[in-house]
Amino acid sequence: MPLEIIEKIEVKRLQIINERGEADPELIPSVSDEEITRCFEAMILARVFNQRALSLQREGRIGTYASILGQEASQVGSARAFSDDDWLFPSFRESGVLVAKGYPMWMLYRYWAGDERGMKCPEGLNIFPMSVPVGTHVPHAMGAAWAMKLKGHRKAAGVYFGDGGSSKGDFHEGLNFAGVFKAPVVFLCQNNQWAISVPRSSQTAAKTIAQKASAHGFEGIQVDGNDVAAVYKATKDALEKAKNNGGPTLIECFTYRLDDHTTSDDASRYRSKEEVEAWRAKEPLLRLRLYLEKIGKWTKGYEESVTKKAEESVDAEIKKAEAFPPPDPADLIRYTYAELTLRQKKEMKESGWGS
Amino acid sequence: MPWTKVYSNKAEFESALSDNRELRGLAYKDALLEATSQLLEADETVFVIGEGIDDSGGVFGSTKGLHLKFGRERVMDSPLAENGITGIAIGAAVAGMRPILVHMRVDFIPLSLDQIINHAAKWRYMFGGKVSVPIVIRSMIGRGWGSAAQHSQSLQSLFTNIPGLKVVMPATPYDAKGLLRASVYDGNPVVFIEHRWLYEHMGHVPSEPYTVPLGKAIIRRTGSDATIVAVSYMVYEAMSAADILKNEGIECEVIDLRTLKPLDAPLILESVSKTGRLVIADTGWKETGIGAEIIARVVEDGFGALKSAPERVNLPEAPTPASPALEKAYYPGKFEIAAAVRRAVNKG
Ligand SMILES: Cc1ncc(C[n+]2csc(CCOP(=O)(O)OP(=O)(O)O)c2C)c(N)n1
Ligand SMILES: [Mg+2]
Repeated sequence: MPLEIIEKIEVKRLQIINERGEADPELIPSVSDEEITRCFEAMILARVFNQRALSLQREGRIGTYASILGQEASQVGSARAFSDDDWLFPSFRESGVLVAKGYPMWMLYRYWAGDERGMKCPEGLNIFPMSVPVGTHVPHAMGAAWAMKLKGHRKAAGVYFGDGGSSKGDFHEGLNFAGVFKAPVVFLCQNNQWAISVPRSSQTAAKTIAQKASAHGFEGIQVDGNDVAAVYKATKDALEKAKNNGGPTLIECFTYRLDDHTTSDDASRYRSKEEVEAWRAKEPLLRLRLYLEKIGKWTKGYEESVTKKAEESVDAEIKKAEAFPPPDPADLIRYTYAELTLRQKKEMKESGWGS
Repeated sequence: MPWTKVYSNKAEFESALSDNRELRGLAYKDALLEATSQLLEADETVFVIGEGIDDSGGVFGSTKGLHLKFGRERVMDSPLAENGITGIAIGAAVAGMRPILVHMRVDFIPLSLDQIINHAAKWRYMFGGKVSVPIVIRSMIGRGWGSAAQHSQSLQSLFTNIPGLKVVMPATPYDAKGLLRASVYDGNPVVFIEHRWLYEHMGHVPSEPYTVPLGKAIIRRTGSDATIVAVSYMVYEAMSAADILKNEGIECEVIDLRTLKPLDAPLILESVSKTGRLVIADTGWKETGIGAEIIARVVEDGFGALKSAPERVNLPEAPTPASPALEKAYYPGKFEIAAAVRRAVNKG
């Protein structure tokens, strides 16, 4: 018997606006100018939020923080594609997703300053607390998507994780389930090329992360993660498919973490300046500016006014965060169970908490 | 003995050094590094594996530069997969290697509990003693690093409940080095839990390889009024509490447990038979924690020696908070230990 080929795997890559700000004429009509402008403004807001978080950390006003610099397009483009009644499962590096979804920024600052209440998601938003354990939330999104399907809702779940997270069993188990049960879920891998000091090449011998979907029986696509139009379109398409019973999609946003892993890291220990600078030249706002200018939507004055507005609102949110009273010591044990146990009641009494 | 002494800070060690020039000082993290380096040097079956282990920071310094000296095949940086690497280390151990696996925070061990509990801890038993799993799982606990509920737990009691596992928690640089070596050659799976707050602590550490036996606690301070059994970082808090109490005329005996499983019950019983009072200071939670086991053993085998009901100093019954304000209320220290000793003394 001759060997026969019984399956072939193809991995597509999507880019709509290239690094010079040129748009693919066939693809660009699928994302409106209006949407691209909104994305641009949300990316500026996310960047300002991020810069301020980094300075607050340096001043000791918040704790360790994970910067999103360079990943704004991957985060904002995908987040804006979801409707408000979809469910999102972000990781700790998704400030841009949360900001784009309108999560109150003052709460995010509280969270990063060390306050659980910052992750108490306000009514009207369906966003899970950021997952600090890496990759363990991938099956949760599958579970939530399954719940939506069982309830007959036309909704989807989206889960964000990194290139490092894609090495985990949880990732594969989540994807496998989603494939088998055709669950309405979009897996968003933020491939920023590094997992702390571990490069992408040490995570997997595969050429792409997108192709890992093939083994689970559904489509994976790589998008230029620094092209907000491509990220937006890929996510929209995946959601359309998911909500029409077409099952899951894995989207690999090919991007780059321009800053250190967190404020406790120093990336210069393990990667070259040249590498970082080469990626800085491809960062997502540069091309967007060029593109918007070409279509007559960008001027210096416009960007200045967007930035000023962003700065003002971020400053107001920081004020609000810092004026918020610290938690009550009784909170320490109050939320452990639905009700206090005997031991906890004793501890409350002995410590004078909650009185 | 210089190696039984606990130096609570660098200055204290340096002043001891000026009295005794022969003492060689090393920080806890460097003692771990030296132990690992000597093991890799002398024994081809030893290898180290963990996420980001070759990072130039080197697991807070404790594996720093090892990949340069011994190569990436023996100092293996792994993809991000806690369950997988634990299984891989167990497989290698069964095939004749002595892996040292590093989970940079103890909170990542739960991701590999099946491998540890259902496999590593069971195989010797299930295969009639034919198979051993000589693996050391190094891991770190801490406190007050704002790392909150999923990143700063103290999970030793999960492991002390499992027959087949040993659990070690060194408090001094001398023990860190000697216990790591002993754990590698113990022949059983050992969960080796370090405390991040001890990493910079200095102490006397001989340069040659040596072992500190598993299962042996040590008396760090002798006293006649109460026994404080302390775990890991709490040894230092217990020593400070003993200083406070000395001024009040209460003499404490401080036992550094060093190994939680198997428990050195004889040493504890001997001490309690002298003092009649028992306080346990643990880094973890109270319910079914090591303190509960220690009290049970003392009650079972030394009931008559107790002059008063034992006391425990633990974390409140709640996950670790993120908030600095709550963290302050969360972690007990020397004052809480001293208060517990006073209660034990006043009761009888
Ligand atoms: C289960 C688990 N293992 C290890 C860690 C420690 N850790 C935190 S972030 C990180 C790297 C994550 O890399 P990646 O998934 O690529 O996400 P990125 O940080 O690049 O956004 C590691 C190893 C963790 N938080 N959780
Ligand atoms: Mg990454």
